[in-house]
Formats: sequence, C-alpha cells, structure tokens
Amino acid sequence: MERRHLPLRRFPVALLALAAVPVAVLAVFFVLPVVGMVGRGFRPEGHWDLGGVLDVLARPRVHRVLWFTVWSSTVATAATLLLGLPAAYVLHRLDLPLRRVVRAALLVPFVLPTVVVGVAFRQLLTGPLSWLPIDGTPIAIIAGLVFFNVAVVIRAVGAAWESLDARPAEAAAALGAGPWTVFRTVTLPALRPAIVGAASVVFLFCATSFGVVLTLGGLRYASVETEIYLLTTDLLDLQGAAALSLLQLGVVVVLLFIGARLRPIRTSTSRQPPRPRRPRPADAPQLIVTALLLAFVAAPLAALLVGSLRVASGGGDRWSLANYRALTSTGSHQALLEPATTALDLSLRIAVDATLLALVLGLLVALSVTRRTHSRAERRVRGLLDAFFMLPLGVSAVTLGFGFLITLDRPPVDLRDSPWLVPIAQALVALPLVVRTLVPALGGIDDRQRQAAASLGAGPLRRTLVVDVPVLWRPLLASAGFAFAVSVGEFGATSFLARDENATLPVVIFRLIGHPGPMNYGMALAASCVLAATTAVVMLVVERLRVPSLGVL
Amino acid sequence: MRSSRALATATALTGLVLAASACSVSTKDDTSSDSPSSAPSNQGVSTGSTTGAPKIRDVVLVTHDSWNLPKKLVTQWEQQTGYHLVVRASGDAGKLTNKLVLTQGNPDGDVSFGVDNTFATRALKADVFAPYTPASVPAGVSGYDVAGDGGSHLTPIDHSAVCVNVDTTWFAAHKVPPPASLDDLVKPAYKNLFVTPGASTSSPGMAFLLATIAKYGDGWQDYWQRLMANGAEVTDGWDQAYDVEFTQGGGHGKRPIVLSYDSDPAFTVQKDGSTTTKALLDTCFSQVEYAGVLTGAKNVPGAEAFLDWLLSPQVQAKLPDAMYVYPVVSGTALPADWAKYAVQPTTPLTVSPADIDANREKWLEQWSDVTSR
Repeated sequence: MERRHLPLRRFPVALLALAAVPVAVLAVFFVLPVVGMVGRGFRPEGHWDLGGVLDVLARPRVHRVLWFTVWSSTVATAATLLLGLPAAYVLHRLDLPLRRVVRAALLVPFVLPTVVVGVAFRQLLTGPLSWLPIDGTPIAIIAGLVFFNVAVVIRAVGAAWESLDARPAEAAAALGAGPWTVFRTVTLPALRPAIVGAASVVFLFCATSFGVVLTLGGLRYASVETEIYLLTTDLLDLQGAAALSLLQLGVVVVLLFIGARLRPIRTSTSRQPPRPRRPRPADAPQLIVTALLLAFVAAPLAALLVGSLRVASGGGDRWSLANYRALTSTGSHQALLEPATTALDLSLRIAVDATLLALVLGLLVALSVTRRTHSRAERRVRGLLDAFFMLPLGVSAVTLGFGFLITLDRPPVDLRDSPWLVPIAQALVALPLVVRTLVPALGGIDDRQRQAAASLGAGPLRRTLVVDVPVLWRPLLASAGFAFAVSVGEFGATSFLARDENATLPVVIFRLIGHPGPMNYGMALAASCVLAATTAVVMLVVERLRVPSLGVL
Repeated sequence: MRSSRALATATALTGLVLAASACSVSTKDDTSSDSPSSAPSNQGVSTGSTTGAPKIRDVVLVTHDSWNLPKKLVTQWEQQTGYHLVVRASGDAGKLTNKLVLTQGNPDGDVSFGVDNTFATRALKADVFAPYTPASVPAGVSGYDVAGDGGSHLTPIDHSAVCVNVDTTWFAAHKVPPPASLDDLVKPAYKNLFVTPGASTSSPGMAFLLATIAKYGDGWQDYWQRLMANGAEVTDGWDQAYDVEFTQGGGHGKRPIVLSYDSDPAFTVQKDGSTTTKALLDTCFSQVEYAGVLTGAKNVPGAEAFLDWLLSPQVQAKLPDAMYVYPVVSGTALPADWAKYAVQPTTPLTVSPADIDANREKWLEQWSDVTSR
C-alpha cells in the first residue's frame, strides 16, 4: 500500500527517467549539431578565438540587423495580437455558421512554404493592391508576418477563451460592471497566460522568419536569421554566424524566461465553460475586425488558387485544370526527377513518421514536466526542461542543417545519409507545439484523482488508463494534427536534408518555381493548393475532435 | 465501465499507431524494390565475378538542387558499369561548396558536381577535391579550366551565361527601342523597367554583380547607384524576378527587362515559332560548372568513372534540356529550339575565380550598402 506514492515522491529519479529519452534525442539531434556548428565559429583554426566572435558583435551592421529584427518582430507581434484577439473571440465564443471551417482554413498560411506565399503576396502588392505603396517596405514584411502568425493567436487564445469559466464575468456584470470593465478586469487577466504564451511564440516565429523578410522586403532589410543564412551559405563566415546564433539563442532564452514568469501553472480543469452564443449588435467591432482579417488572409490564398487554375493559351489565359493534371508529370522541360504526386506521397509518409516521433517525445516531455512537484528545486528543473524543448524554435535551420553534416558524420552516430534524418528534423520542429498542447491538458489533471485511484487499488498502468488517458487522448490527437501539418509544410530543414530521389512537396514546389516555363509556375501554384488543401483537411479533422483546450501553444 | 472505455481507446490508439506506421519512410524502401536501382545496395559489395579488390557498388554524388539528368540515361550507365548512382542534392552552388568545405576529409559522398567558377577557388583552397584528370579530355573542355588548377582537380562539365533579357513584344507594343547594353539600363528611357535577383541571395544575382565589376572596374558602385536611382528592382531570388516581376514570366509582371540566362529565349517560344524574349549579349557573365573527385572518397574508381561519363557525348547532349546549360565539349549538337533561339555571347564578361574569392565579402558588403536604402 505504501507503493502508491513512491513514483511521485522520489522526484528526481522518476522525472529524469521519464525525461531521459526526449532529452537524449534533443541532445543528439539538436544540441550536438548546433554546438558543433557554433564551435567551428569559436575555433576557426582549431584553437579558441573568443575575441573574433566579440568583434563580430561590435560590427555596425550587426547592430542594424539586430535592431531591425527586434523592432519589426515587436511591431508584428503587437499587430498580430490586435487583429487576432477579436478574431479569437468571434471564432471561439460566438455561434457563427462555418466557424470550424474558417478556423481550420486560418491555419493554412501557417504551413504553406514561404516561397509560395511570398509570390502570391507580391502578386497582390504589385497587381490589384499596387496603389498601396508598401511593396518592399517594412510594412509589407510586417503584413507578411501577421499573415503567417495570426492563426497562432486565434488558436491559442481562442481555445483558452472557449474554456474560460463564465461565472466570474457574469458575477462582475451582475454587480454592475460594463462590458469593457468586465473584459479589462476579469477576462483579460484570466486570458493573460494564453496571450503571453501566444505572443512569445509569435515573436519567436517573427524573429526567426526568413523567407518573408527576403521576399517582401526586397533584400533591403536583413534580420538576424537572414544574416546567419548569408554568412553561412554564401560567405562561409562561421565566426559571424556563430556570434549571431548565440545572440539569437540569448534572445530566445530571455523570452522563454519572461513567458514562464507570466504563465502561471493551471491547477484544475473544473470549469463551467459557456456555450457559444449568437452575435449581438455590441459585437460589431469584433466582427468587423474579424471580417477584415479574413479578407486579408484570404486574398493571397485566392490569388494562389486563381493562378493555379489559369493556363496560358494564345495571347491570354484561360481556365483549366491542366496545372493539376500536370502534377503527375515531371514538369515542362523536365524540371523534376519524379512527378509531384510522388513527392506528395513521400511528404505524407514522412509526416506520419515525424508525427509519431513528435508525439512520443512530446508525451514523455509533457508527462515529466507536469508530474506533481514538491520543492522549489524540482519546480526549477521542471521549468528548465520545459524551456529546453522550446529551443528548436529559436535556432536557424541553416545552423542545424550544417550542424547535422559536421557532427553526425561518424560512428556511433553516422546518420548523415539516413532516411530518418528528415522525419527527425521535422519532429524537432513540431515538438514545441506538441508539448505546448499537451502540457496544459496534463497539468489540469488533479493529482488527487490519481491518488484516489491508487487508494482504490489501481496500479500505475491502471491509474494512467483511467485518469490520464481519458483527459489526454483528444489533446494528443489535436497535437498529432498540428505536428502532421507542420511536418507536411516544413521547408527550411527539409531542403537541407532532402535528397533528390526523395524530395518532399515543399521542396518540389521550390524547384518548380525556380525553373523557367509557364507550366512549371502553374504547377507550383497547383501543388501549393494541394498542400494547402491537405493541411486544411487535417486541421478540419482535428477541429471535429473538438479539443476543449488546445492550450497555450 | 469507464476503464473498459479507456482500454478501448488505448487499443484504438495503438491500432492507429500501427496502421500509421505501415506507411512510413521505412516501408517505402521495401515497396520500391521493384525498380532495378534499389537492389540491396548500401555500400554493399558486389558478389559478381570481378577479381581483385571488392568493388563498391554505390557511387555517391553530392550536388546542388538543379542537378537533373534523364533517368533512362542514368540507368543505362548503371547497367554498363555495374555501379549504382546515389544522388545527394541540396541547396545552390554556394551551399554546396560550403557543405563540401565543412565536411572536408570526411565527405558525404564520392564525387561532386556543381561547384562553379565563382566558388571554385574556395573549394580548391580547402583541399576539397582530390587530383584527377579524365584519361581523355574531349576537345573544347580545357578552355574552361579554373586558372591555376589547369584541370588537375576540377573538370569543367557545362557552361552558361547570365544576361540581361528583354521582352521584345513589350518594347514593340510601346514603340520603344529595347536597351542593348549595361549603359542603357541607367538611361531615363528605361526607368522602373529592370528587375534583378540580389547578389547576396542568388547566384545569377551574384553573376550580374560580377558582370558590372568586370565592365566598370572600380566604378561599379557608381554604376549601381545610378541603376538603383533609375528604379531597378532587386528581388531575393531568380523566381521572384522572373515569375512575379517580368512581363513574360508566369505572374505577368510589369517589368520588361530581367536578369536571367542566355538560353531563356528558347523557353519563350510561341506556337507561331517566334520567341518573345531576347538576351542582351553585351551584358553576359560566364558561369562554368565543375565536377571533381572528393578527398576522402570511399569509392574512388566509381567516382572517376562517373566523372568520365559526364563528359561523354550522351550526357553532354542532354545537358541543355535537363539543366538549362551548354555542354563544354565542342561539336555537341544542341536541341532544335536552342540552336534556333538561344544565342551565346561571343565574349562574355569574366572575373577570375581567385579575385572573386578574395573580394566576395567586401563586394557583397559594398553592394548591400548601395542597394539598401
């Protein structure tokens, strides 16, 4: 009978055992490559040269790059929140037709390759929207960042809003508080963890975005991420790249620290979430903002769809499905080695592997960081673990990609040529999202339920089955959808690792768009639409599961 | 009751996992075993009747993502030689070179194709390539050798030229004579009409920067200042410039002058047999791509056989269609469209690989200063 508390009380052993596998995986496939690559910068000729790295940080160009990254990401994050919060409310609290479909569709930009969206965006800015003089300005970059990230806010904050206990707000209203006062004093504080979590993830995505800055900024602006890319792939200035990578990691760590401080741990799932209600006239401002946001997100996607359905004929264009039919071919002038359909097939296979990996690892991480803690030291270790698994979000894909090549190159871990490298890399990219989805759900389980089960004689396995699994299986499936979509759309790391014989669909799209011939361009657009549709369907299935709380991303 | 539901759920999840894993990459290897090329191969040793040292079957090619040759041709070579070609392609010429430099001594393959004249010196200096010269070098090839190497490590395979292209239909419709030279691009008549990929993010963009350096010497920054003042647009990649901005590109842009390749007119041929674009031959920078055996290669004989094959008439004749480049071997027949529409510059602009290597960083920095506002 004394057994029941052992696994929980003997904290470090239990916690470390649970966390050991994911920590080991992250150590081998993330820490080792990144340290290896940064290490090359620190030891250019085989001996330490810290002065050289510090010199890089003193370059005026680095200051400009850092300043641009910080201010553009901050503005983009603020804009994303301003547009995303009303939309989160409308799409999660109001009873509107098709809101599930809209919610699923809003995630599409999040997984589309930036190269394609960049093209669609620019077509809008140089075509129908050319009266807006923003092409090639920071405003265009910020608009692009908002386009990509607004779904994160809607999803994370919306889910929290949906499951928010309605009673405090009702009580405040009954005591005579106006809607604004209720929002400011009751709703907003309750949503703060979700908002802070979403904002820090959005900031990370903005600060590490690569394609948007280059495509929409017309090369006039450089962020830390684009600078690392340039220094590594073109100039082979590893010292400079190492210095900037450390800078980037530093920013990420600070951000995670702030986020963790502002994100209190949830204690209970016992709430009484309100049912969505019909819109009222007072909801007009939120509805208008949401409508504008939807138009803003839909426009580039529509441009993409229209472009994919047009083929050149004679002097003009006509409607046709030829671009889609051509996906079974290798493109005009043989732009591809395999038809795009083969690439889609492979993308889906890899996504299955990556999803399984991300789920297994994510589950282990979530279990270990949500175990009940009994001392400050335990909590601290737990917080560190939690932050550790967010780190892949803050490291440049090019650093990781080159790092793989120079560190996993000899036994016992000679994995450079393994077909598993791509799914593993994608799983690492998806892992933070999985963890962020599972942790709130697991954290919400009252430990007394497990104790009650134990006192009724249930063993550890039985306890897990009766207490954890029923709460967990929906968030688990939801995060599976997330991981799957992220994996299907992943480009940065994959383009580094994908072999010619097994290119994934985003890589194929990139190739098509980079080859002359109108058919190739049309095929690239068609393939993007297929990718978008695949993502939307996966997301829709996840929506059908109606995960009560998708947590703070 | 509850626990049985939980059990059912767990069973269902397990089933899902099993079902899902039935369609993963690992099973992909098994299902594709019907193709001749994926017989048990991984560095496998052939059990054929060959005598002497065991022959490694796999020849691993490290290349950039524009690599492309018809499957049939590759299969033919594999059947003739008994080798199996494994292709590892990623990134552009710059990424490829840096990857080779970083993995020097323990390369990710046996032979590499795709290092070009703008990166050749960096690779040679890092000792990436082992000495090898094909036993018989066909006529015309050694004219493209890297100066100072003389074909001892790097063998030229193909060449192309990056040129300013114009949409001739646009200029005809607007009754404006098209530009003919780099000087013309800074004239008011061509204000806001030119688009080029940037030198820092695109290899054709870099080639164009080098063309201006070759043409104007120390005055190139001044030229670029005037070019930008005349409304030139700089994009990150070739695709942005061609597909989005160029009037003949897939996106029907607004700019009729674009930086692209000398072979482009062969890709804009209309049904009536005319082409709508023209390359300006006085603006071209010549690019040469090289192949070489890697230092530390596991399969040196295979790598050498592959390199010899790249210079064979079959491969050289397929290069234009497969990779949009010209063969280096003299007398190789060009495809009909190319012979008719693609005109090569007779005296392209060049900068020596050693100069490029010594100044790349400085030039790019200065270029960024001029082009960013």
